[in-house]
Amino acid sequence: MIIPIEHFLIVSASLFVIGVFGIFLNRKNIIIILMSIELILASVNINFVVFSSYLGDLVGQVFAMFILTVAAAEAAIGLAILVCFYRLRNSIFIEDANTMKG
Amino acid sequence: MALYFFYFFAFTAILSSFLVIFANNPVHSVLWLIVTFFSVAGFFILVGAEFLALLLMIVYVGALAVLFLFVVMMLNINFAGLRSGVAQYLPFGILIGLVIFIELILAFVPWDFKEQSFDNLSSPINLSETNTVALGKVVYTDYFLLFQCAGIILLIAMIGSIVLTLRSRPDVKRQNITEQIFRDPNSSIEVKDINPGEGI
Repeated sequence: MIIPIEHFLIVSASLFVIGVFGIFLNRKNIIIILMSIELILASVNINFVVFSSYLGDLVGQVFAMFILTVAAAEAAIGLAILVCFYRLRNSIFIEDANTMKG
Repeated sequence: MALYFFYFFAFTAILSSFLVIFANNPVHSVLWLIVTFFSVAGFFILVGAEFLALLLMIVYVGALAVLFLFVVMMLNINFAGLRSGVAQYLPFGILIGLVIFIELILAFVPWDFKEQSFDNLSSPINLSETNTVALGKVVYTDYFLLFQCAGIILLIAMIGSIVLTLRSRPDVKRQNITEQIFRDPNSSIEVKDINPGEGI
């Protein structure tokens, strides 16, 4: 491989940190939080696939596929809950989700 | 050549992911998310995982991003109010992000594969067959049960999101099929004797 593995790892670490940073930054907007979670999952996927390729083992790619599945399911259910919440409260402010006084 | 492609994809990935979290309009965020996933797919192609790259494009760009776009455009949201308080969270977010980044870099940079790790591969990549064929041979044999579990997860997600968003609206007139089938002349037809010129 021409590209050193550290390059990929640094990019994936940056994506992970940007995702975490996005959750901190947009604490009121649940749509951006869901997108940040997708960014984090994408960075984990990069790690799995790059290690799988550099090690010569195919299992990492299989697990990346499962992560893809879980990410899709999570986003679908998250957005469905969001639509329900919007119908109930007419807003998507996270501060409005205070029924359980948590 | 591959290195230049890598730097290009890395640049677009990091830039567009920054724009995802900083964009004022969530629609723009979704579009930048699509750019990010295209760059990640570029990475996958660079390391030789073509099947996953195309799967990423189909699943994320084709399905997830469209789902996000639907939801963002369907809900009538005051986006300006959602941006308030960003300055308040910014220093803490930068602090946490920096700490996590430094920790990850410290874990990653002095990295080398141990010699023995190449002897313990559970399913080594055979370069004579394409990535899709190789992946299929692993997924449908060694990881068959996990693959079925992934299918069940998707089924549960589908049923769950349908059940969550389904609502019965009593004000809408809908066809009630069982009631319609079990109608009979005795309950639905009434014969009235009307005198000429009077009406009912």
